[in-house]
Amino acid sequence: MSLLATASPTSTWYLLLAAVLFGIGAVGVLVRRNPLVMFMCIELMLNAVNLSFVALAKRLGDIGGQTTVFFVMVVAAAEVVVGLGIIVSIMRKRPGATADDITALKG
Amino acid sequence: MELVVFVLAAAMVLVGALGVILRSNPVHAALSLVLTLFGIAVMFVAQEAHFLAAVQVIVYAGAIVVLFLFVIMLLGVDRSEDIRIEPFKVQRPLAAIVGLGVIGLVAASIVASRDAIGGGSGSLDTPTSTGNGDSNIRQIAESVFGDYVVAFEVTSILLVVAVVGTVMLTRRVKSGKDKS
Repeated sequence: MSLLATASPTSTWYLLLAAVLFGIGAVGVLVRRNPLVMFMCIELMLNAVNLSFVALAKRLGDIGGQTTVFFVMVVAAAEVVVGLGIIVSIMRKRPGATADDITALKG
Repeated sequence: MELVVFVLAAAMVLVGALGVILRSNPVHAALSLVLTLFGIAVMFVAQEAHFLAAVQVIVYAGAIVVLFLFVIMLLGVDRSEDIRIEPFKVQRPLAAIVGLGVIGLVAASIVASRDAIGGGSGSLDTPTSTGNGDSNIRQIAESVFGDYVVAFEVTSILLVVAVVGTVMLTRRVKSGKDKS
């Protein structure tokens, strides 16, 4: 119980957790075939990077890390909107398509 | 106390992340994503980023996941897919190797450099250090509207372009002569 009271997580712990979260997201993008789930895994990786930015902002005492996370969130929102629009327009043409079926841009 | 918060939030994050990549139903994956995003928001609070925690809950867990659920329902892909089917035999072992390699390399560099970076010159304003409840918001506002104001304005252009582009992408072209 004294361990629980004294030990406090340092930013290294947060960075390690962010690394594990990024790895899980990367494996998801490589393994899953549903384009929507692949997109969610990209969100996981973005959140892992945001977490490490915030941990390093705390460690360095620099507010610039938190500002960067703010901009990353805005760009991620725009990216989700455009990506889901593309997925909707593909799925409307061929329902039930997986990532293997989408070869419309193949040269 | 901080350790308890960290362990609980880390459990939320990891269980949610594993749920995203292991659940076969896309709706369940989206709900697992909500769990992960809430865990990240808790960690933001623990790291003195109060404004970002609020934005995380509103924008990510609120807007983005609801958008995902809308698209899942709209397309009618809310059926379980059989994730036991493996089109390429070597893909999953290779993906596991790549994932563990990424985690191992990044973790090794973090542990190796844990004393190299640190002790920066500045300090974050926190409610406990300044006695002012909105000091984090004040500091982040000075940064966004001071140092990064050009990037902030460019971001607004990006959002307009994204909205217009999505409307053009998903628009149903009417058949007939009014196709322009």
